[in-house]
Amino acid sequence: MLSEAGTALTGRQAGRSRPARRVLPWVEGGTLLVALVVPFVLGERTDLVTLATNVLILSLLAISFDLCWGLSGIMSFGQALFFGVAGYVIALVGRDLEFSQLWATLPLAMLVGLALAGLFAAFLLLGRKAPTTIFVALGTLTGSYAAERLVSGWQYVGAGNGLSAVKLLQFGAYEFVEGTAFYFLALIVLVLVYLGARFLKQSQLGLVLAGMRQNEERLAFFGYRVQLFKALVFSLAGMVAGLGGALYSYHQGFIGPGNMGPGLSTTAVIYCLFGGSGTLIGPVLGTVAVEVLTYVLADIDAIKRIWPVILGLVLLGVVMFQPKGFLGLLVSDRERIGSYGRRRSDDRGS
Amino acid sequence: MALLQIRGVAKSFRTLRALDGVDVDVQAGTFHGLIGPNGSGKSTLLKAVAGAHFADGGTIVFDGHDITRATPYERARLGLSLKFQITAVLPELSVYDNVLLAIQSGESLTRLLLSSSRRALDGEVTALLERFRLIDRAHDLAGELSHGQTQWLEIAMALALRPKLLLLDEPTGGMSPEERRVTGTLLAPIKAHCTLVIVEHDLHFIRDICDHLTVLDQGRVLDHGDVETIQRSPKVQQVFTTRV
Repeated sequence: MLSEAGTALTGRQAGRSRPARRVLPWVEGGTLLVALVVPFVLGERTDLVTLATNVLILSLLAISFDLCWGLSGIMSFGQALFFGVAGYVIALVGRDLEFSQLWATLPLAMLVGLALAGLFAAFLLLGRKAPTTIFVALGTLTGSYAAERLVSGWQYVGAGNGLSAVKLLQFGAYEFVEGTAFYFLALIVLVLVYLGARFLKQSQLGLVLAGMRQNEERLAFFGYRVQLFKALVFSLAGMVAGLGGALYSYHQGFIGPGNMGPGLSTTAVIYCLFGGSGTLIGPVLGTVAVEVLTYVLADIDAIKRIWPVILGLVLLGVVMFQPKGFLGLLVSDRERIGSYGRRRSDDRGS
Repeated sequence: MALLQIRGVAKSFRTLRALDGVDVDVQAGTFHGLIGPNGSGKSTLLKAVAGAHFADGGTIVFDGHDITRATPYERARLGLSLKFQITAVLPELSVYDNVLLAIQSGESLTRLLLSSSRRALDGEVTALLERFRLIDRAHDLAGELSHGQTQWLEIAMALALRPKLLLLDEPTGGMSPEERRVTGTLLAPIKAHCTLVIVEHDLHFIRDICDHLTVLDQGRVLDHGDVETIQRSPKVQQVFTTRV
């Protein structure tokens, strides 16, 4: 009797929390569509094409942070470190070796980001005891700050002035200058990185990360080496940041200490939280929103001076009132976190 | 040789001596109950075996391996699985994904990344969910389950690891009498392939499913033996009639 009642109840309850219609694929598709037509719409406005290219490149940094925080629960306040160091390395390779071939320098930048993040992960994440969120946040912040200070006083790398006139990125004899060609190169790189991150998120490994984010201790009792998984994702995120840093350096023709410091690291946090962490597309849209606003408001002197304060208040507001970012208004928790088992369509098929 | 050998295990929390030189042997293929009044050290002992905290003294040997200082990860890899007293399902994941997460823990990193075993494990996940009467709720969030169903999900997750030794900390806590009865029938078939150590307050439940009992009182072993021996033990009767 009781079990019959229980079955009836579960039947009713089962229907209650069916996932809502999926929104993210539409947002992703729409964003890609807009990105594809942007250079043609902007036409002669080369300054805006440059801005759009910059947004695509900084989106890599935002995705790098989302891999850490949104997917794996690692609070990194130092993603710009991997971005900046890789940017410096390819600028130095261009200056000292006069080499800037895309097929070698972009993988080199990825390797630099991967190796440096791997070193940080070994120190911060792979101790005998599981590190706290605060320990990792402060460790990455300190690394980012220390690197910025170190580079600021190092003449070989241009000290406080940074490295300018970075050699143009080449593919064979073709040189990528600012403009439509560089825009599409950045877009291709971003799409490839995005698809890779999406593949990771939707894989069985993504399920481990989703579980880790909710209850690390429980996963250790399942037999998962939680810190090793964290170190792996942190290193991959460093690789993505390194790739972004190289593109930034080539695109701007400049890399400076500020590109590896806490300022840019915090901006990456803002991109991600503003757009909606854990969704991958949210941080990209967050980057668009913050960078476009910064560009528009930079012409208004009164606002320009207090813009960092406004950004800080925006971050505070998002954390307090909309912690899932503006995409959280459209995307359900269920869709944001993901579903990893067989699909409902499988049930219907059988 | 016993599957689990606990020798002289001690554990203190500041001035409180929760375990004071506990010896327990658990034979393979048996259901072993740990009973005792509140604060007797049952859950502390279970956590020391699972690795939720380390014993201050003594040794714990599982399947021939000294696991006294092993991490939970290492213990899980040796075949130990724990169901927590306070349920620890992952509330934002579906019921199905909770079980899949447990069952895929033995997969390599590459196979996880390539999702190579998702289809292959589907049958196992479904079978467990059917066995624990959760199949109708497979796609619901684990956080939406009733208390009894959450306990079943926890047990299903612990069993998904295919453990040699399953540690259950109050599996029927907060359950209705009917749910307790069902839990007993759900656990009975695992005896063929899994040894069980269970902490439980419901003496009727534990009497019905266990072969062997160890009674703890104030961090020490008061008595141990089969169910009939313990039921007749004057020491145990005195503790349970005066302090429980």
